[in-house]
Amino acid sequence: MIEMQNKAQTPKNQSTEKKTEKVPNIYEVDDLNLWYGNDQALYEINMDIPQYQVTAIIGPSGCGKSTFLKTLNRMVEMVPIVKTTGAIRYGDQNIYEDKYRVEDLRTKVGMVFQKPNPFPKSVYDNVAYGPRIHGIKDKKTLDQIVEKSLKGAAIWDELKDRLDENAFGLSGGQQQRVCIARALAVEPDVILMDEPTSALDPISTAKVEELIQELKKDYSIVIVTHNMQQAARISDRTAFFLNGELVEYQETDQLFQNPEDKRTEDYITGRFG
Amino acid sequence: MESKNLNGRVLKNRVMKTLFFSATVIALVFLVLLFYRVLSQGWGYLNWNYITSFPAPYPEEAGIWPGMIGSLMLMGVVAVVAVTIGISTAIYLEEYSPKNKLADFIRVNIQNLAGVPSIVFGLLGLTFFVYLFGIGYRLLAGGLTMALLILPVVVVSSQEALRSVPTEVKEASYGMGASKWQTIVRVILPAALPGILTGIILSLSRGIGETAPLIIVGAATAIYTLPDSLLSKYTVMPIQIYKWTARPQEEWQFVAAAGIIVLLIILLLMNAIAVWIRNKYQTRY
Repeated sequence: MIEMQNKAQTPKNQSTEKKTEKVPNIYEVDDLNLWYGNDQALYEINMDIPQYQVTAIIGPSGCGKSTFLKTLNRMVEMVPIVKTTGAIRYGDQNIYEDKYRVEDLRTKVGMVFQKPNPFPKSVYDNVAYGPRIHGIKDKKTLDQIVEKSLKGAAIWDELKDRLDENAFGLSGGQQQRVCIARALAVEPDVILMDEPTSALDPISTAKVEELIQELKKDYSIVIVTHNMQQAARISDRTAFFLNGELVEYQETDQLFQNPEDKRTEDYITGRFG
Repeated sequence: MESKNLNGRVLKNRVMKTLFFSATVIALVFLVLLFYRVLSQGWGYLNWNYITSFPAPYPEEAGIWPGMIGSLMLMGVVAVVAVTIGISTAIYLEEYSPKNKLADFIRVNIQNLAGVPSIVFGLLGLTFFVYLFGIGYRLLAGGLTMALLILPVVVVSSQEALRSVPTEVKEASYGMGASKWQTIVRVILPAALPGILTGIILSLSRGIGETAPLIIVGAATAIYTLPDSLLSKYTVMPIQIYKWTARPQEEWQFVAAAGIIVLLIILLLMNAIAVWIRNKYQTRY
């Protein structure tokens, strides 16, 4: 069956790339290849990510979608055996150049992880962590940042009287929104989200999705999700990854209603994955 | 399905249970005997006078004071040296060193070092600290030797504590643009500290009972002044006890037993502190 899909492969979607020209790009990915040791995980990825939009990345498990997301803030280098070729331009700089500082990149590009991962500290200290590592010591400034960030993550009202509580005592959904607030506190331009709702119940998921809609006014968001309905609900553009290749990258409505590639169609109609 | 030989299986289970229970009892019996012998012999000699007195020619007047102070000072040297070098090594190996064959080789050999007999460390200390560095048979030489002895254990236990900090938490810190050092200081060390401290205290309590390497690097068998600097002559409790047991008169065995009680109390205290730290500060993920 997979062979049939490969035969049905159509040329890459040059036609759609023109449509993005009206929106400025925050990332431009050129011919990105990635290996874990000798296993190639990403093949020749070319993808422009627009500013102030939600870009969803979907695909079956092991397709490389999380790996791709982590190349955008070079978090993928936490695995020591990773090798990459190609370029990812952020602004007008290639973030894979030797002189590019990851600390600088990750300040501009925040990340929210699959499993809520608060520090074993108070809610306040969690959110103030980022500003503190960047040298802000003034208590008043920190107070303001914490309040603004928690409001930004739509959790201020729930937690304003519990700022001194250990974040571990919160529910999963609250923890995840504290983690989002923690990412916002550094005032990034981009927020990467790696299946941020996969560990949450439906109500918390709805809250986080609503929040993402709110956040895209001020941030560019790239979200990996295994949930196609979620991608359809919240994203402006959707990329479909399969076996380390970018199969199709379209306006979300277009991709779900009228996919160009046979493999995309098979995936979104539930024939595999 | 028809169960075959049910009675046989149940019986076998009972027999094994009894065997395992007996093994436990044997260990316990000897432990109780040990405590009984030490307590019954030593209790009569253990009083405040015993703790604060110097060794003396008569059993009734002898005390463990210089040995105790010597042991505590020695542990001070050991703690400072082993803790700084041990934790630094563990941080380098776990967080900074490239994960390659050389690093693996170093890791395995540090674990091997932990199993080297203590007397070998004594010879090492004699060669290097006593003669080569010219420290002589002084407290500092003993402390450095003992620090080397427990260093591998400190490194290995600290590594384990560092490794137990979940990757997700480290990622959260790196993901906000924190440098490696900031992440180590603000996230990794606080989370690993209870484990590291527990390891250190348990290593120290191993060190405080060691005798062999200190005999080689020249702890005195009897001193009548307190060590007042790192370059003083010194003795430690186990050596003092050993020396008393070597005397022929029966009363000295009781004096030695009283020394063992003091040593055991200090050991139990240290272990209790380790358990307390672990329970109080342990972060559960």
